[in-house]
Amino acid sequence: MEDKNNIALSVRDLKTFFYTNNRCNKAVNGVSFDVEKGKTLCIVGESGCGKSVTAATIMQLLPTLSRIEEGEIKFQKDDKIINIEKLEKNGKEMREIRGSDIAMIFQDPMTALNPVYTVGFQISENLKYHTNLNKKEIREKCISLLNDMGIPLPEKRVDEYPHSYSGGMRQRAMIAMAMACNPKILIADEPTTALDVTIQAQIFELMDKLKKENDTAIILITHDMGVVAELADNVAVMYMGNIVEAGTADDVLRRPTHPYTKALLESVPVLGRGKNQDINPIKGSTPDPYNRPIGCQFAPRCNWQTESCDVMPEITQINETHQVRCHKYEQFFEKYK
Amino acid sequence: MKKEILKLRGVKVHFPVQAGVFNRVVGHVLAVDGVDLDIFRGEVLGLAGESGCGKTTLGKAILRLVEPTDGEVKYISQDDDETELTSLEKKDMDPFRKKLQIVFQDPHSSLNPSFTIFGSLQDPLKKFGIKSKEERRKIIGDLLEAVNMRREYMDRYPHEFSGGQRQRIGIVRALCLEPELIVCDEAVSALDVSIQAQVLKLLMQLKKEKNLTYLFITHDLSVTEYLCDRIAVMYLGRIVELCDSEDLYNNTLHPYSEALISAIPVADLDKQTKRIVLEGDVPSPVNPPKGCPFHPRCPKATDICKTEVPTLKKYSTNGNEHYASCHLIDLPEIS
Repeated sequence: MEDKNNIALSVRDLKTFFYTNNRCNKAVNGVSFDVEKGKTLCIVGESGCGKSVTAATIMQLLPTLSRIEEGEIKFQKDDKIINIEKLEKNGKEMREIRGSDIAMIFQDPMTALNPVYTVGFQISENLKYHTNLNKKEIREKCISLLNDMGIPLPEKRVDEYPHSYSGGMRQRAMIAMAMACNPKILIADEPTTALDVTIQAQIFELMDKLKKENDTAIILITHDMGVVAELADNVAVMYMGNIVEAGTADDVLRRPTHPYTKALLESVPVLGRGKNQDINPIKGSTPDPYNRPIGCQFAPRCNWQTESCDVMPEITQINETHQVRCHKYEQFFEKYK
Repeated sequence: MKKEILKLRGVKVHFPVQAGVFNRVVGHVLAVDGVDLDIFRGEVLGLAGESGCGKTTLGKAILRLVEPTDGEVKYISQDDDETELTSLEKKDMDPFRKKLQIVFQDPHSSLNPSFTIFGSLQDPLKKFGIKSKEERRKIIGDLLEAVNMRREYMDRYPHEFSGGQRQRIGIVRALCLEPELIVCDEAVSALDVSIQAQVLKLLMQLKKEKNLTYLFITHDLSVTEYLCDRIAVMYLGRIVELCDSEDLYNNTLHPYSEALISAIPVADLDKQTKRIVLEGDVPSPVNPPKGCPFHPRCPKATDICKTEVPTLKKYSTNGNEHYASCHLIDLPEIS
């Protein structure tokens, strides 16, 4: 087992359900994972499979119609272990953690930044509540943060409004905001999906630097297997509220054992493989969350479906780090070894 | 023998920037700034580049959805008749609209939510002389089946469909007049990975069946490599490199294309390369830098790049034509 002290956040059997119109959407349905200090965990999956809800649950940023049904989120703060799911949503303790110990970068920087406040003001808010710095020090810290993020002329830019920033700069301002209090965990929810590849490369470089220098644990949510290959230390593949396969990047990308992981990897063209590569779309689309298949959620789209798939498969440990939730994984693994 | 379907010569699209009380024109956004391009029949031409480099504007200028400020767009029919599109009157443009179609980027905003699919899709058929409703229903129904959707779906409303399905309806809309060229403007960018593969496969299959030509606009170079025969890379309204898709990856000539390719995350642990990280953003097209527009971000820039604008020159790699505009290329130029 891993050294306990290395684990920054540990999630066990987490269930988050949404209640609308007398129906219940089991958005996150029993998810367990650990995030280690100074490592990146990538959560991958299609849209609507519960990645973002998992992130919002950790931050306790869920909308009112939803609640954490079961499970625990253990966050290691200094030497204490805090159960986040037991804290009051807007209570003092949660507010202390949110933004300072666990910070989040959202997908769309234009909607996440407030257009009527300057970027400097929005960064300094975080520092105002979580540190004892005075006004002048806060301003200096803001400027140095923007400088670290590679924003030109930070002394001037700090007083500008989000509209005069470009997309990449806005996202960097968001990261500056998230990094203001040196969080122990950074949750990045598709931070580069709305950006160009060249800007994406800049952001990744930045996140790599933060990880190395501050020993920050990063949870990166993405749907792009390429991003996973570049950044991830550990990977968790989610489908319809469950983690179907988890392991180190090496385990999951080189030896995928779940048909869904394999299908995801095969559905995108890979640069450098030329025109002759074969891409295989996954048939159908994700099921309606109110009308789920019984048993294995992926079964209706899976080429390996058999009768045994009518029962939800249990998690199987293949080796120390690699786990999978599939009945047929042994045959599957044999075939593609 | 390759035959052209479109010839673009010096196409420019400049948008005026207005300011002040009297809305005086204070400058121009040089969205597309002098593009020469030939599109051949039956090929898939990729148009790649970062956002804001004028890809979409160029695609729309070809169809005259935005009016080009200057330059020529020549359409060459199968019988070798050349027609200059930009000088045509609006109504004379109609027969060419039938031949040149577009699939839009965002499948959510390109369908009218208050019409059924049939309601939206029948208009072009009506306009081009298919009078009977039965016939229109038949054409649309057949096409829906061709894109793996059910015939009955034509009486549903757009909100009943998922993103991938809507994009397929967008493709049906483009196909219903039996066009020769389809401009695919980021046709798969808004879709989920698994759905993206479905649409890509569909586009390739339709191309074979109906002998189409695509101008495929995208920022995703791994998709262009898979799909395209030739690729044009744009930067600030100009084409900086144009070549066969394989040569772009194996014999990259322009430093911008090189950086763009290296920035793409590759889903293969054995193929990880060093990222070339470009600094800063694309400069404003209102006031592009002097000299080579790429020089402020170029890791290889020298003095000549700051003063002289490079032109698109012809080189040869692997025996194929390879165009690039850079001062620093070591290959012999061919005429």
